[in-house]
Amino acid sequence: MHGTRIVSTGPAVYLVDGARTPFLKARTGPGPFTPVDLAVGAGRNLLERQPFPPDAFDEVILGCVNVHPDEVNPGRVAALRLGCGVEVPGWTVQRNCASGMQSIDTAFRYIAAGRADLILAGGAEALSHAPLHYSEDAVRWFGGLNAARGPMAKFRQLARFSPSLFKPSIGILRGLTDPVAKLNMGQTAERLAHQFNISREQADLYALESHKRLAQAQATNLLDDEVIPLIAPDGRVFPQDDGVRPDNTIEQLTALKPVFEKPFGKVTAGNSSQITDGASWTIVASEKAVRQYGLKPLARIVDCTWAALDPSVMGLGPVLSATSLLKAYGLRREDIGVWELNEAFAAQVLACLAAWEDAEFCRTILGLDEPFGAIDQARLNVDGGAISLGHPVGASGNRITLHLAHVMRRFDARFGVATECIGGGMGGAMLLEMVE
Amino acid sequence: MITMGATDSIRHDALLALTREHLTFTLPGSGETRIDRRYHHWRWHMGEDNVAWLLLDREDVSTNTLSLAVMAEFDRVLTEIEQAAPRALVLRSAKANGFAAGADISDFTSMVVAAEVRAVVSEGVRHLDRLAALPFPTIAVIHGFCLGGGLELALACRIRIARDDARLGFPEVMLGLHPGLGGTWRSLGLASDPVEAMTLMLTGRTIEARQAKRLNLVDVVVPERHVAGAVQWAIDSKLNLTRKQPLKARAMLSAPVRAFIAAKMVSATEEKAPRQHYPAPYALIDLWREHGGNAATLRSAETESFARMITGETAQNLIRVYFLRERLKAFGKGTSHDIRHVHVIGAGVMGGDIAAWLAKQGLHVTLQDRDVSLIGPAIQRAAKLFAGRRGNRDIRPQLDRLVPDPKGYGLAKADLVIEAVPEQLDLKRQVLADAEARMRTDAILATNTSSLRLESLHSGLRRPGQFLGLHFFNPVARMPLVEVVTHELLEQPVQARVLSLVEAIDKLPLPVKSAPGFLVNRILTPYMLEALLAHDEGVRPEVIDAVAVNFGMPMGPIELADTVGLDVALNVVRSMKGIAGASLPDLPDWFVSLVNDGKLGRKTGQGLYPWKDGKPVKAKVEFKPDPLLEDRLMLPLVNTTMWCVRRGIVIDEDAADAGVIFGTGFAPFRGGPLHYARKRGVNAIVERLQLLADQYGSRFAPDAGWQNLKP
Repeated sequence: MHGTRIVSTGPAVYLVDGARTPFLKARTGPGPFTPVDLAVGAGRNLLERQPFPPDAFDEVILGCVNVHPDEVNPGRVAALRLGCGVEVPGWTVQRNCASGMQSIDTAFRYIAAGRADLILAGGAEALSHAPLHYSEDAVRWFGGLNAARGPMAKFRQLARFSPSLFKPSIGILRGLTDPVAKLNMGQTAERLAHQFNISREQADLYALESHKRLAQAQATNLLDDEVIPLIAPDGRVFPQDDGVRPDNTIEQLTALKPVFEKPFGKVTAGNSSQITDGASWTIVASEKAVRQYGLKPLARIVDCTWAALDPSVMGLGPVLSATSLLKAYGLRREDIGVWELNEAFAAQVLACLAAWEDAEFCRTILGLDEPFGAIDQARLNVDGGAISLGHPVGASGNRITLHLAHVMRRFDARFGVATECIGGGMGGAMLLEMVE
Repeated sequence: MITMGATDSIRHDALLALTREHLTFTLPGSGETRIDRRYHHWRWHMGEDNVAWLLLDREDVSTNTLSLAVMAEFDRVLTEIEQAAPRALVLRSAKANGFAAGADISDFTSMVVAAEVRAVVSEGVRHLDRLAALPFPTIAVIHGFCLGGGLELALACRIRIARDDARLGFPEVMLGLHPGLGGTWRSLGLASDPVEAMTLMLTGRTIEARQAKRLNLVDVVVPERHVAGAVQWAIDSKLNLTRKQPLKARAMLSAPVRAFIAAKMVSATEEKAPRQHYPAPYALIDLWREHGGNAATLRSAETESFARMITGETAQNLIRVYFLRERLKAFGKGTSHDIRHVHVIGAGVMGGDIAAWLAKQGLHVTLQDRDVSLIGPAIQRAAKLFAGRRGNRDIRPQLDRLVPDPKGYGLAKADLVIEAVPEQLDLKRQVLADAEARMRTDAILATNTSSLRLESLHSGLRRPGQFLGLHFFNPVARMPLVEVVTHELLEQPVQARVLSLVEAIDKLPLPVKSAPGFLVNRILTPYMLEALLAHDEGVRPEVIDAVAVNFGMPMGPIELADTVGLDVALNVVRSMKGIAGASLPDLPDWFVSLVNDGKLGRKTGQGLYPWKDGKPVKAKVEFKPDPLLEDRLMLPLVNTTMWCVRRGIVIDEDAADAGVIFGTGFAPFRGGPLHYARKRGVNAIVERLQLLADQYGSRFAPDAGWQNLKP
């Protein structure tokens, strides 16, 4: 199969530390923070607790899909606002849902190639700020009005006004629709539910568990090292992820109607990831930087791989990418202690698990003699995932990698994999190894 | 990661220099310099293009001010320039920080005889008239501050080009004066709105370049890189000088309209500055009412009025206050503080607002409290502070610098740690000990305590030499004084750095020795106590407050107690009772009951007054001057100030006067409590205190320090 070739790792590259904002569900109207506000909110305290100054970074890389027009190249703007200084380059990467994992991958490759020692790699997204778009006709009408000289010309242009010009289209809806497959993301999940026989009940039960796990993690302060509370200029405090529904019942989930393909669909708002604002950072360092600053890494980044497949079944991206990653290092399912598989949709996660257990799928597509096997769900998304946490598109890949490192320590797992599907038909997977 | 070597720091400085636009002193294509003359305070040159550039660069100072010597030299330079017959003259400052900050105030202290003042001022006006009468275009280029006499100099030119960072104003009223070098009739003659020009002179506030352009005080606003272009246009008459006064402004010149508006100005001014204590704004309003329609009579009236103001007691005292302010600032000069990161523990009213002020001044601040929810209100107040009165939207850089830090990550990195937790000894000791363990060994630790002894706080610390008191006043944004509290173990370099920091953040540092109440609370306590005792005897609180306000206090003692909080006042009195020699009377029982009942003043809506919408509900009383009551209320404050000087709480009388003025708002026009005492006569003060002691008790006994007062 195609995809990035696995590069055997040379000098060690480490994931030293990381932090994220609480993930905030988009409700009515834009939230109080832009993507860079979120990035700065998480980054400030993360940098405050490092033994090196903010200008020690060789560069800053930020994943972001919906860039705010006032913050073009948000990676650079965030770097400046975080006090990294004018001489540290900052830039932005975009691989749709995996932008936040791409930044880590790029940092990893630069450091492995000896081009850098210390990179701040993150992801940020403020979906609540995603714009309303005027149609092209409306934009042309405005242009005409602007160019009109003199009262008569202006009057004529005004006379061409029609209310239908100004029905805005919602940016998010367009962004979440694949332009080639002509399906929105939720519809690709419906495809997989059909392909792998995932039932509505199964999806709802999975979603319920996601909320339960996140609520439990919050109640037992398991996220304290990762989550930096945010305070808005009006004094509102956001101490933790706010999309979680600790008291969710299966009845409430069952009562929801399908949201993408009514009335027969299996994907609802309750068993899909939420529309959310959030940012996450990781600090990626070379062996040299670890020694120089006396750092205590969370994990070693072994490798990262990308796979591509038809956009209409993009949800299977994790299966392809994670499998090829393990194959390249001679690792089997049993060798991986804990997994983070981004919960774009419950049906999509379950479809991945089903694909891995399907002998024909594994033989023909993954090139495995035997089925990959069933991943122990007690070791998968142990503290919940995007269904309860939300999926700020540019940040999720970063969050699941960071969180994986923490979970590996907790479970004493030698290897861990963070993997996610990518709108447009790709998958990304990151392999981490514990360090003493 | 490249480490900074010697060439790297050169490179760093060069990169920084790239970002600064250098000052323009010639036009492109001006050819060879034909004339280049230097004096003490001025220099001028002229190239082949015959455009003369006159630069103000007062020697030996960093800020241009127009001293008598500067003006005398100006006259000589003008003669030379006239002889060279340029086709235009450009006037600007050679100093990067601004055009000119005004006259030299040290010249003012010798101006005590009206006739002499008239002569000196008339001469200055003549110099500016010469400038205004030059037979070729005169173009002032203004950058940075352009205040008072500096603005008058610029107004005497025909054309004014302002850089976008220019700030213009007439601050003379703050010194009990008004413009005296033609500022009144020149600004009123130019202004598109005379009332706005009057407001500028009455409030002493500065305006920005764009506002000045709207007001017609400047003709064009440009960044430095386009100064040459604008000067060229000015010379070529290409600038759009629409100086026609709009209809409204011309209408305002009629006498009845002026009289009507003047009456409104008078009542607005009465609310802030009563006429009996602050004559200058009223003199200015009178000038405009009488002479606003006649530039010729306004000219001479301005000089006359200025001479009257400056020789009066209020102006001389306000000038003294100006120098007291400079004295306090001087405590902070001479050391570079090297403090970039401050960590504040406690995000309450004091801690949160201190953190906000520091961030506004450009420092990196981490703000810690027990729980992040306690930091939210501090951020909200900070955002309001940053936005300012005009609701400035671009407050992100300041908000970015104020980092909520519930886990206290900033402790390990800060240069200075300020403890601002509630006023409980055990709590503070705990917090200080924890902080000292986690902070850098070379960092400074400070406490914002207002009433606890520093010795009790530092007894458990390992590095008491790096610990001191840093006492801000409430509200932090408005109160300029900061008491820097020293103790015997404090290391001198630490003290010097902290004094320097306080000055650098635009506050006034006052070194005080560790003693209950330091200076300000120490002198306010008997002031408030005596008021309560008078109230206890049946004097109405409204009358008590009116007497104090009439004396010149910004707020009466009863209202002050309610504002500070009766519980706080009670605490302060109790903690001071134990001082030897401070014969403080007991608080009346009903006062203690009020506190026990939760009637704490403004913050609970009821105290000694009922409070509504943040204001006390006072009954209307007929005010009758009562010198004995005034002395009864005010002399304890004066007497205690003497006590503080004698006991060495502050270093000398001037420092004490400065502290009381800037820490309490004590009648600035009186020059401070001890200055007031001297002016009234030390013997008169002592006699009066003795009389009050005979009548009310030994607490009025004159302090021993009065006898030692050197004449």
